[in-house]
Amino acid sequence: MSAPSMPRPEHILSVDAANPRHTERALADLKDGLSQWRLALALARLDLRNRYRGSVLGPLWMSLSSLVMLIGLGLLYGALFKFKLSNYLPHLAVSLIVWQWMAGFINDSCATLTSAEGVIRQMRLPYTLHALRVAFRNTFVAAHSLPLIPIVFLIFGQVPGPEALLAIPGLVLIGINMLAGGLLLGMVCARFRDIPPIVANVVQLAFFVSPILWKPELLGDAMVWMAFNPFYALLETVRGPLLEGGGPPLAWLAAIFYTTLHVVLAGFLFARFRSRIAFWV
Amino acid sequence: MARICAEGLRIEFPLYHLGARSMKKRLLGAASRRVKADAQNRVVISALSDLSFTIESGEKVALVGHNGAGKSTLLRTLAGIYEPVGGRLTVEGEVGSLIDPAAGLDSLSTGRENIRLRALYRGLNAEQTAALEAEAGEFSGLGEFLDVPIHGYSAGMSIRLAFAMATAVQPQILLMDEWFSAGDADFMAKAEIRLEQLVTASEILVIATHDMHVVKRWCNRVIRLEAGRIVEDGGRECLV
Repeated sequence: MSAPSMPRPEHILSVDAANPRHTERALADLKDGLSQWRLALALARLDLRNRYRGSVLGPLWMSLSSLVMLIGLGLLYGALFKFKLSNYLPHLAVSLIVWQWMAGFINDSCATLTSAEGVIRQMRLPYTLHALRVAFRNTFVAAHSLPLIPIVFLIFGQVPGPEALLAIPGLVLIGINMLAGGLLLGMVCARFRDIPPIVANVVQLAFFVSPILWKPELLGDAMVWMAFNPFYALLETVRGPLLEGGGPPLAWLAAIFYTTLHVVLAGFLFARFRSRIAFWV
Repeated sequence: MARICAEGLRIEFPLYHLGARSMKKRLLGAASRRVKADAQNRVVISALSDLSFTIESGEKVALVGHNGAGKSTLLRTLAGIYEPVGGRLTVEGEVGSLIDPAAGLDSLSTGRENIRLRALYRGLNAEQTAALEAEAGEFSGLGEFLDVPIHGYSAGMSIRLAFAMATAVQPQILLMDEWFSAGDADFMAKAEIRLEQLVTASEILVIATHDMHVVKRWCNRVIRLEAGRIVEDGGRECLV
């Protein structure tokens, strides 16, 4: 048979219920999952392609809906808050697009594992792969609205300085949170099926209590309390560098703190319950 | 050398979304052997209990037993999909699974795209991907249909593609759920030859089957499962 010659590293599967090696095997899952990023990328692209199959504009609908939302909300809330449009629209563009990226991911990540049920029960794959797939998928979606940011910046002559590069570590922080959140929410939602509607509600509430439509300085002295809002902190690590010359240090500290907490929590639960996931989905 | 070793292997399926307590009581009250409460007082179905066996290289094992005896669960456990709640399992050797060859197919992608996707699932490099594409494309005999989305395939055509992809690589340990039989007569003849090669060249075969002809022809050991336990383990003479 003209079978492709496969490399034959030593394949050993060894599980012992009395000595589960939780951490070691969770780390192996993470490593294998990340090393299969090309598969996650291909699956995420397929997801998008299949979602917009037969549609004329296809994923451009996402850019279009962001544009309409930006103009509509921008004009209304700019007038309500009596902001200058040249100042308000760049703020809204960055906030809205980063928010849509995060919110879309959070809602989607509830189904990280349940939507992969068919594959999970038939093939042995690292669970990290599924979280990566959802993160990629939502990043693709967000990337379609991304060009709106430079366009708005150009129109209103908003030129960020070199500190804009700080947005890169901000994006990395969001990326880490996505991987952790994909596993954490994916697991919790697979086990407890009442969680997804709760998550959807929290996300909706978070949109209004985070400074997306409004600006944090409107709060005046109460602004220090914003650090308790993890969405604000993460949003600020991207918006700050692009619009406010770097963003407040407190927001950065808070963002790093929440990310660490998130990773520790997700890592702990993943290590502890990874072997149960196939029975949950 | 391929080898499978299980000691006191136990798999339990938790029943999470049971709802009312009365239902739980009724299920547990029936004094069933399979539905029971675990240490945390959850209702579980005992799918496999206390299995111990060793399969050495060269053994072709038939798993026989009634529906629900635990054959498929055991195969999935050997494939590393389900993790045991008790006992120990060691599987040495590269595992190839023909449990569900169609798993992971994307119905809106073409046959060729699906072959490339399968190559990614297996972690093949560019060269191996091209080899798989050529090999599986040829064997499936789909011709121009290879560039048609597979939701436009007939049932037989999808099975041909899935079979061609799943059997293109020779594993050391081959896991099968029922002997493959589908497609038209021509393809069946080709598939039989391919399966024979695959089975002969594999060091270990574990097949769950009801078909005694398959057992007689391919297997030199029979493990009979009943209600998640091994009730018989021996040569072909176990069959009556």
